[in-house]
Amino acid sequence: MEASQIIFILSAILILSSAVLVTTSKNLVHAALWLISTLFGVAILYVLLDAGFLAVVQVVVYIGAIAIMFIFAVMLTRRELLDTSEQINKSWPMAAGVAALLMVALGALLAKWDGLFKLPAPMAEGVDPIQSLGIALTSPDLFVLPFEVASVLLLAALLGAVYVAMDKK
Amino acid sequence: MIPLAWYLYLSAALFSIGVFGVLARRNAIAILLGIELMLNAVNVNLVAFWRYGDPTVMSGQVFAVIVFAVAAAEVAVGLSLVYSIYRRRRTVIADELDLMKW
Amino acid sequence: MFWADPINTIYKSWMTGLTSLGLSGSLAQVLLYLLGIILIISGAMVLDIMLVWVERKVVARFQGRLGPNRVGPFGLFQPFPDIIKLIIKEDTTPKGADKFVFNLAPILSLASVIFLWAIIPLAHNIYGVDLNVALLYLVAAGALGTLSVIMAGWSSNNKYALLGAFRQVAAMISFEVPMIVALLIPVIFTGSLSMNTISSFQADNYWLVLVSPLGALLFLIAAIAELGRSPFDLNEGESEIVSGYHIEYSGMKFGLFYAGELLHAFTFGGFVSILFFGGWDGPFAEQFPILGVFYFLIKAMIGYWVIMWIKYTVPRIRIDHMLMFNWKFLTPVAFALLIVTAVVHPLLIGLNNWVYVASMFLINVILGWVIVEFLRSKSKKERAAAETVSVSAAHSHS
Repeated sequence: MEASQIIFILSAILILSSAVLVTTSKNLVHAALWLISTLFGVAILYVLLDAGFLAVVQVVVYIGAIAIMFIFAVMLTRRELLDTSEQINKSWPMAAGVAALLMVALGALLAKWDGLFKLPAPMAEGVDPIQSLGIALTSPDLFVLPFEVASVLLLAALLGAVYVAMDKK
Repeated sequence: MIPLAWYLYLSAALFSIGVFGVLARRNAIAILLGIELMLNAVNVNLVAFWRYGDPTVMSGQVFAVIVFAVAAAEVAVGLSLVYSIYRRRRTVIADELDLMKW
Repeated sequence: MFWADPINTIYKSWMTGLTSLGLSGSLAQVLLYLLGIILIISGAMVLDIMLVWVERKVVARFQGRLGPNRVGPFGLFQPFPDIIKLIIKEDTTPKGADKFVFNLAPILSLASVIFLWAIIPLAHNIYGVDLNVALLYLVAAGALGTLSVIMAGWSSNNKYALLGAFRQVAAMISFEVPMIVALLIPVIFTGSLSMNTISSFQADNYWLVLVSPLGALLFLIAAIAELGRSPFDLNEGESEIVSGYHIEYSGMKFGLFYAGELLHAFTFGGFVSILFFGGWDGPFAEQFPILGVFYFLIKAMIGYWVIMWIKYTVPRIRIDHMLMFNWKFLTPVAFALLIVTAVVHPLLIGLNNWVYVASMFLINVILGWVIVEFLRSKSKKERAAAETVSVSAAHSHS
């Protein structure tokens, strides 16, 4: 058992237990806080995968912005300070069945693949990962077009969100 | 050394839990929480394949960065829609938003 | 050799000692890293205790009084009675509050500050870790602080706490935008997000405040807003909402919030000095790293003093003025500065060093002057419009 395997198992336990608590918490603010715990576990996974930049961006964007948006939305849409109404659907057994079926199907699909138990190649020395990511995002023969389209998408989302939620007096 | 299988099974499990969250919750915001879980599972998958494939080709990480941006945009618009509906109808239970039914 | 490279010398000697005792290599390494982490955290917390005294003395002198001067010479031991008082106070949790989240919030608030001490380069080879994404890590720790504020506000089961937390979080996430843009300016000059590289660049070349004083000012203003210090301290508006999300916290939990805020202010004074004023740079800092630590602490204390100076001089700003200031002034100025710097830097980089520094400084001054002129013309127009309105009102009355 190497150190990285121990860290992976601990973070996998964190992610899966927090995810289950997200989907079954009665108190929505607790669900949002468990989502934050899940996102933190995923950030740990990114560090294990040698994608340090993505790990920090995950904390900044997901935990620092999206999770806080969720908490704000939950707090603004409650009728009283402590909401105790029923949170699970009538048809949750069918939902659980669909989820289990999906997991089994994905597991079977993966088991058939022969590249499944690959081990990672060591990272190339002397290559700065942030620099190569920056070049990939802004080079004309790589991915500058999706990058620019994503920024247009964010602008559209910004305008749309402000307009939809505005108080039209 | 961590085999690739561990990452793939973890992301499949996280995705399935997200599907359960979307299908089994009444509150519209809780459904969006399930969607966030699914997007994170997809991201873990992408970055794992980037690392275990050819780490010098940055397509995997670029794809993950675009997914970050799309998730943020979608959450912003989704939550503003939910809030605007709440203002009008004072409810966010997905079952009760049935104005178009007859 | 100890004075030239203290951390590595101690590490090597303890490693050989531990492995000769029979521990495996990786276990000894983990133990030594843990020891290093505990050392950094203890140093930061001892510094925090000193900062309580500094804060109270400085605020007293700004307000024309003496400050604590009974406990020990010059009141130096004052923080200890403060700590004892906070510990022996009753530790209340309001009824109906969410116990786990309520108790977690002050811990997370202090932790988000201590996380920052891992990346601070105290000297060119005394640091916690040399992250290649250190500047983004700074923003991420700020995001954790934002989270702790909203956890505190919501779990207190108190409308005023929630209101204070909402306003504070709205301010914090709004001011992250000009802060990130101001953080990009050292990146343009040094080509790296790592604090160590930025410090080494400033030690080898010129301090970045000389080529971008407007950037330093911008980062300082955005940092003060991030900290929640006056003039942006809507949270502690004692006359407004009775200490905002701190209301329900008593005893040592409030002590954690308070200590976290002071240490956060000092840490950001440290970051202003690392990013723009050279950090550990000074005479003989390369040969004797201890001198580098000393220079860094002095510069961080000066930065902290400037933050306190602004806090105790300027009155508080209203929340809508604050958000308007951010979105209508600071963010456009930040982007304009970033664009000007990014365009001018590759054009002028080939020139002689002193010509380059002087021209970048001049460009910053010109940009600042243009902004001030723009503001002046706008306020003149507003004043003229207000005067015509009042004159016409006077006419209609008479």
